[in-house]
Amino acid sequence: MTGVVEVVDPGMLCLVEDLGRPGLAELGVGRSGAADGDSFRLANRLVGNTEAAAAVEFVLGEVAFRFHRAVTVALTGAPGPVRVSERGAAFNAPFPVRPGELVRVGRPASGLRGYLAVRGGLGVAPVLGSRSWDTLAEIGPPPLRAGDLLPLADDGDGPLVADVAPVRWPSADTPLRVIAGPRADRFGPAALDALTTRPYEVTAESNRVGLRLAGQALHADASGDDAGGLPSEGMVTGAIQVPPSGQPVLFLADHPVTGGYPVVGVVVTADVPRAAQLRPGDPVRFRWVGG
Amino acid sequence: MSSTAVPTPTVLPCGDAAVLLEVAAPDAEHALDEVRALHAAMRAHPVDGVVDLVPAARTLLVAFDPAVTTADRVAAAVVALPRTATAAADRPLVEISVRYDGDDLADVARRAGLSTEAVVARHLEPTYTVAFIGFAPGFAYLTGLDPALKLPRRETPRTRVPAGAVAVAELFCGIYPRPGPGGWNLIGRTDAVLWDADRTPPALLPPGTPVRFVESTRENGPRDDG
Repeated sequence: MTGVVEVVDPGMLCLVEDLGRPGLAELGVGRSGAADGDSFRLANRLVGNTEAAAAVEFVLGEVAFRFHRAVTVALTGAPGPVRVSERGAAFNAPFPVRPGELVRVGRPASGLRGYLAVRGGLGVAPVLGSRSWDTLAEIGPPPLRAGDLLPLADDGDGPLVADVAPVRWPSADTPLRVIAGPRADRFGPAALDALTTRPYEVTAESNRVGLRLAGQALHADASGDDAGGLPSEGMVTGAIQVPPSGQPVLFLADHPVTGGYPVVGVVVTADVPRAAQLRPGDPVRFRWVGG
Repeated sequence: MSSTAVPTPTVLPCGDAAVLLEVAAPDAEHALDEVRALHAAMRAHPVDGVVDLVPAARTLLVAFDPAVTTADRVAAAVVALPRTATAAADRPLVEISVRYDGDDLADVARRAGLSTEAVVARHLEPTYTVAFIGFAPGFAYLTGLDPALKLPRRETPRTRVPAGAVAVAELFCGIYPRPGPGGWNLIGRTDAVLWDADRTPPALLPPGTPVRFVESTRENGPRDDG
């Protein structure tokens, strides 16, 4: 296959992702896939791709790609300045690129992850049915490096239906909605209140596996059979797991399939993309909602 | 293969795209049997919209597509499962050839109050069953371990355990699919490829697989890829 998309500068971290590989959790492989699924799907829709087409996920901008033939591309996610050769371009709006042109994305003012979709989708070889790199299981197309040349697939022949998609970038003050988790009963009312009383801070140890948060410690009641820890059990994206330190971890796309600490709550599916856009230092608030 | 009745589990909430089923067994060994029966029953009677099943020590996580079904519908389908499972092994027996030269073999023998030869004999004796996979892709937790070999993990985990290391800890025997950190007691090595993304299924030992170990008689034994 002919390479079309050349990675000129991969920035901090540049990955190929799609909607992941569901169905393999019983073999120890999680779903993985784009961390911010909303921005990822939007990028594909804007260039007429199927939603499952593979695209590039990058972190904190400062990336550059050269295109070796005429293509239509779209950028979504944490918006940064865009240059196409000497022209400007925008996030959330598809634009044409001529052969040989360079697309540069600068650092976003807020948010963490950006997506670059190319009409047709990226055609790198799938692994176990998906073109997603799982950073924990280390399965899939490996992280992109400068000089990598990516072929296109045949995942996009839909019409270009929008010149620009209105996207309201969420305010960091909007709480993430949380449903009581399977082990919420191990935490007393004080701990359940503490989760929502004051904001937590996203720490620098956060990644696609999860957000490691710092703030009010949550402690499971010591009266439980195995307080603090429990036999390993299945984990989900959005789960807020509480290790013995009491500092919660919010699991994202590459979370471990099983974990041995109690899950106090689970962020609703619709709010997970917003969690995936939080960067170290950002505050994060939670709000309990009914299941 | 003994058949375990499919238990009626407790349904615990787990967000808007999963439920966590917890069995109520008197002890850890029975819990593993019940989870296995529940997992087998759900595989045999697929529920609309379910995308992933994750068996573990005493729970089965059922992840579903919220666009297709709801937690209540999944829970109702679980309660309606036939209560007597056809719990015959649904996977063929896998034999694993082991060279018993693990770094912790002597220590395991000392802690078990056995000779190293007796440790090997007791490890070779049972037919094991894969209860679940955790920790890493393809890392199977095997039940059926001789009680004398049920020992705590090492106090200090190793930063690097080689691929193919055969190990015991707590209730389980396991084999490391790839090099990495680990705290289990190493008793031997195998050349078996536990995980291969180009194979279907990629895991050599999916849940429910019966497993026997045989002692490697080759002079050179498994390669050292570390």
